[in-house]
Amino acid sequence: MLAVWIIIGIIVVFGIPFIATYNGLVRRRNQVKNAWAQIDVQLKRRYDLIPNLMETVKGYMKHERETLEAVTNARNLAQQVSSAGAGERAKAEGELSSALSRLLAVVENYPDLKANQNFLALQEELTSTENKISFSRQYYNDSVLRYNNQTQMFPSNIVAGMTGFKASEFFEVTVAAEREAPKVSFT
Amino acid sequence: MAVVLALIGFFLGLSFFDNAIAGLVIAIIIWALLSTFAYFSGDSLLLGMSRARKIKRDDHPRLYNVVEEMKIASGLENMPDIYIIDDPALNAFATGRDPKRASVAITSGLLQKLNRDELQGVIAHEISHIKNRDVLLMAMCGILLGTIVILAWYGSRFLIFGSMTGSRRSSSSAGGGQAQIIILVLALVFMILAPIIAQFIYFAISRKREYLADASAALYTRYPEGLASALEKLGASTQQLKTANQANAPMYIINPFRKKGLKASDLTSTHPPISERIRILRAMSGASFANYDESYRQVHRGKGNIIGAAALAGTGTEAISLRDAKLEAPLGTGKLERARDTSDLMWRLNDYKTITCECGTRLRIPPRFRESRVQCPHCGRIHRV
Repeated sequence: MLAVWIIIGIIVVFGIPFIATYNGLVRRRNQVKNAWAQIDVQLKRRYDLIPNLMETVKGYMKHERETLEAVTNARNLAQQVSSAGAGERAKAEGELSSALSRLLAVVENYPDLKANQNFLALQEELTSTENKISFSRQYYNDSVLRYNNQTQMFPSNIVAGMTGFKASEFFEVTVAAEREAPKVSFT
Repeated sequence: MAVVLALIGFFLGLSFFDNAIAGLVIAIIIWALLSTFAYFSGDSLLLGMSRARKIKRDDHPRLYNVVEEMKIASGLENMPDIYIIDDPALNAFATGRDPKRASVAITSGLLQKLNRDELQGVIAHEISHIKNRDVLLMAMCGILLGTIVILAWYGSRFLIFGSMTGSRRSSSSAGGGQAQIIILVLALVFMILAPIIAQFIYFAISRKREYLADASAALYTRYPEGLASALEKLGASTQQLKTANQANAPMYIINPFRKKGLKASDLTSTHPPISERIRILRAMSGASFANYDESYRQVHRGKGNIIGAAALAGTGTEAISLRDAKLEAPLGTGKLERARDTSDLMWRLNDYKTITCECGTRLRIPPRFRESRVQCPHCGRIHRV
């Protein structure tokens, strides 16, 4: 009889923390997946905003054809590779970000455009979307950090090893163009 | 605080029923009743008392976008409701027992004064209150405090009258009269001290959660300078918020009850002093909780740490770097534009109509204006309403 109680005791003492840790790992991994999906949502939002921006800006910035074209091309390219791997996507998105920031820097020379209500609203939306993209990346990295900590720190790494949870990758910015700050000249 | 409550129950039970457990049970029953009332009274009561108006995305895109950005950065499930309080005082608060159904409110005065980075810092601070479940925690603590006060008040009254009329039941154990008197005296002393101690604990908990919210805001925005300069603007203003109420005080970003000129740094304050908060934020060398902790120790010259072990363990001690100041989107950069922005919003929320005259003036027509024509005060042109 005593043996049965001991066995039940062992099951309870080891089983309950095991289950709790396993659930924690599942929750964290799902958070990572969700965070990745959120980045997608914001990127898509940016694609949808850009044609609108182009329409508003076209009439005012007739002499900036190159800059405008750069943005449109970057956007189309980014949309095309949106189903490709993370590395290529990051590169395309980085190109789009820098094309957009070049465009917004050039806008400084067009006071008429800056006074246009439509444009101002659009610019707010664009700035906000850029912020949201970087925040969702940030949240993704934070989630990955928490998840990796759980899979690698003792004692939850035991559970992780037994049930097949592996560490995830961070979303690194490897595009040189994006790391460069846009140069704004006041000449 | 729960310990204080349990001790009161214990002593009361001992004194009245010679049974400590009965006392504990009664204490728990009172606590449960109060909790139930508080849980179901809801946020709408508090928001209604503050004259807050809910806004939609189109009413103020910048505020809505900032809240949405912070929702993403903090990982909140649902977008909180956003309210604007029609008051020139500078303050903001968060409410909501559950992170899934929360609200954030900000005064129109504050909305007008802050730039985008500062607004982001303030909203991040409020959202971290929601995320860390501080609203629930402080409500629970408030209830505990209330229960303690009730029990202590009634307990001490009964004890005093009981011992004066001498209608004490003699103990059936062998302790005799002396032990009873000692217990009586101890219980009385404890009854008197308990509410005071509990209050101090309540305020200490509130201050600690404020530090945690500041640290979380720095973590979400990766830019503690934003919150620091917002706090500076907040600290400089001495205008009192008209509709602040005691129950909600911990959830405001700065103490709504601070008196003019006084440093609200004493033990009975729900918020730590603003200058200290600013110094800690500005001394941070990174954005993680560990950085905030280090900065806190630096400011207090080595004394203790402020972020609990559980919170530190969650994010690890990785170094998280700060970002540079973001270039402000031109919409609402200058103080004038921000002020115009906010007052336009207030006109719209109060159902005023706008007529734009050819001379550039915008005429605001109150909702119950009954004339069919109105004259522009600058150029004299007549407009049809």
